[in-house]
Formats: sequence, structure tokens, C-alpha cells
Amino acid sequence: MLVSLFLILLCQLIGEVVARAVSPQIPGPVIGMALLFVMLLLGGRPRLLPREVRDGSLATTCRTLLQHLSLLFVPAGVGVVQRLDLLAKYGLGLGITLVASTVLAMLATVAAFRIASRLLRSDANDPEAAS
Amino acid sequence: MSDRSFDLWVYLSRTPLLWLTVTLFAYLVAERFSAATGRHPLANPVLHAVWMIAGVLLLTGTPYKVYFDGAQFVHFLLGPATVALALPLYENRSVVLRSLVPMTVALMIGSVTAVGSVLLIARAFGMPEVVLISVAPKSVTAGVAMGISQQLGGDAALTAVTVIMTGIVGAIVVTPMMNFLGIKDWRARGFAIGLAAHGIGTARAFQVHPLAGTFAGIAMGLNAFLTAILVPLALAILTPS
Repeated sequence: MLVSLFLILLCQLIGEVVARAVSPQIPGPVIGMALLFVMLLLGGRPRLLPREVRDGSLATTCRTLLQHLSLLFVPAGVGVVQRLDLLAKYGLGLGITLVASTVLAMLATVAAFRIASRLLRSDANDPEAAS
Repeated sequence: MSDRSFDLWVYLSRTPLLWLTVTLFAYLVAERFSAATGRHPLANPVLHAVWMIAGVLLLTGTPYKVYFDGAQFVHFLLGPATVALALPLYENRSVVLRSLVPMTVALMIGSVTAVGSVLLIARAFGMPEVVLISVAPKSVTAGVAMGISQQLGGDAALTAVTVIMTGIVGAIVVTPMMNFLGIKDWRARGFAIGLAAHGIGTARAFQVHPLAGTFAGIAMGLNAFLTAILVPLALAILTPS
């Protein structure tokens, strides 16, 4: 547990350092995700990395963190109390904008994904056919 | 309130302990409610936890800063949780590898649509430029979006609010919408919600199907990169000053 937590934090820390060095807009945790992914890929090689990567304890720690992903957004969401004035002023327009744009973004993404997937037939065992 | 209980309140309301406990309690209540309704989209745990806590803050006159001193311990875990998304990515790596082309196409088109549509619609409502900048990165995860907004002269707190609202809207709409459209490809469903509604959408996707959650996590990560590049470009094109 402790080693796993250390590895996750280490990946994030390296990610943040790389992000700051390259461009402040690059999200550090996303680079950290890529690093942990590489670590998991290398995990099969004995002695290269701590055994926690192989024996499933890193996986358990990751699952624990992801199990209540929703909870982690609550503190930022409560920040709504700081901007009640702006919400009162633009509330309706802002609400319509966010709903419309979010629906449009999902429609465009899902359509592009399905069309590209079908055109390329890149997936011999298409999950759509399977389910 | 007697002097003694007032003293206790003054003490407790200034320690991180109280607001951390309140945050966990509100989330547990919201989470139980969500489970009891069989994960009904409208029973979104973030939505219900947020209004309950916001209500307590307003009723007790507690400033957000004081609340956040306690809640920051939960907020901090957003970073490690993003890193932990490497696990589902690793476990589903063969499906992910086979879907590289559709993912790339969907990322480009989806990201442009997310940024372009929010700017065009907000402009049609006559919103001022500072609001336009603040809402432009609304589909990416809170920390990144606030950074983008701040750098371009937006209001970071307003960005945080619109990001969370977008996440909740996406998480509520996605399941009924995809079912209505008859889309059964969990990769495509997950990718769309992760792109449009970042981590809150990803959390919803994991509730529905693990493969959808995996693709949502990938979309969330990739879109954070692309949006950081797209927002300044889109603002330059759409708001000539």
C-alpha cells in the first residue's frame, strides 16, 4: 500500500516537473498517468521495479483511488458559492450554453468514433457486434 | 446559542476536521441515494453532495476559503487519481491499441466541437469576453481548465464552476442519450463522455461499464492536451478585438 502510493505520487511529481519545464498548460497528472502505464508495462520484468507493481498491490491502490472518483470533484464543485452573483446574472444563458455544448461535443465525438471505426474496420472483433 | 457551544463552533469551524467530515458525510448520503436509485443519472452523487454542502456553508455564513482548508485533502487526490487511470488503461491495452485510429479522429472532431460550440453559443447570448474565456475550456478537468483560463485573462473561479456544471450535465445526459441513439459500443460511449465531461463523466462511465470508463479516462487525458492548444486559437478566431 505504502510503496504503491509512493509510486503513484512519484509519477505525478515527475509529471508536474516535466510539465512545468515544457509548458505550464500541459497537465502534469496526465504525464504521470503515462509514466505509471509504462511502469505497469515493465512490471513483468523481475527486479527492475518493486514487487508491488507485479503482485497486485499497485492495482489495488489504483482501484481504491478510482472507486470514489466522484467524491474528489465535490470540493471544487462547492466553489459555486463564490460565484452565485455571476450565476444569477448569466445563469439561464450559461445553463443553456453548457447543456447544448456538452450534448454537441458528445454527439460529434461518438459519431466520429463510430464512423472512423466502421470505415477502417480496424476492429475485427468490434465490441458492438459482440454485445 | 450558549457561550460554550458558540466557542465550540468557533473552534470547530476553523479546523480542517469539520469540513472534511462534512464533505465525506454529504458524499456518503449522495452516494447511498445514487445506489438506492440503481444509479439513476439524476441521482448524480457530485450534484447532490455539492448543493448540500453549499447550503450548509450559506446557512452558517462560512466562507469558501475556510471550507476549502478542510476539503483540500480530498481535492488533492484528484492528481493521484488521474495517475491511477493508468491501471484500466493497462488492463485494456489491447482494445485501446486496436482503437487508436477512431480515437484520434474522435479526439480532433470532439475537441474542436467542445471548444467551438461553447464559444459560439455563449457569444450568441451576448456574454462578455471574460465569461467567454472562462467557459471555453469547460470540457477539461478542473485544474487544467483553470490554468488555461487564468493564463488568457479569464476568471478561474467561474471556470471551476462551469467545469463542474459541465461534468454533471454530461454525466446526467450521457446514458439516456446514448441509449436513445442505440449506441452499444462502450469504447465510443466512454470516449465521448470523457472528452465532453472530463473526470465527472469518467466517474459516471465507470459506474456503467469498465471499458467505457477506460476510454473515458483516455479521452479526458488527451483532451486536456488538445484543449490547451485549441482555446487560444479559437478565441483569436471567434473574438476579434
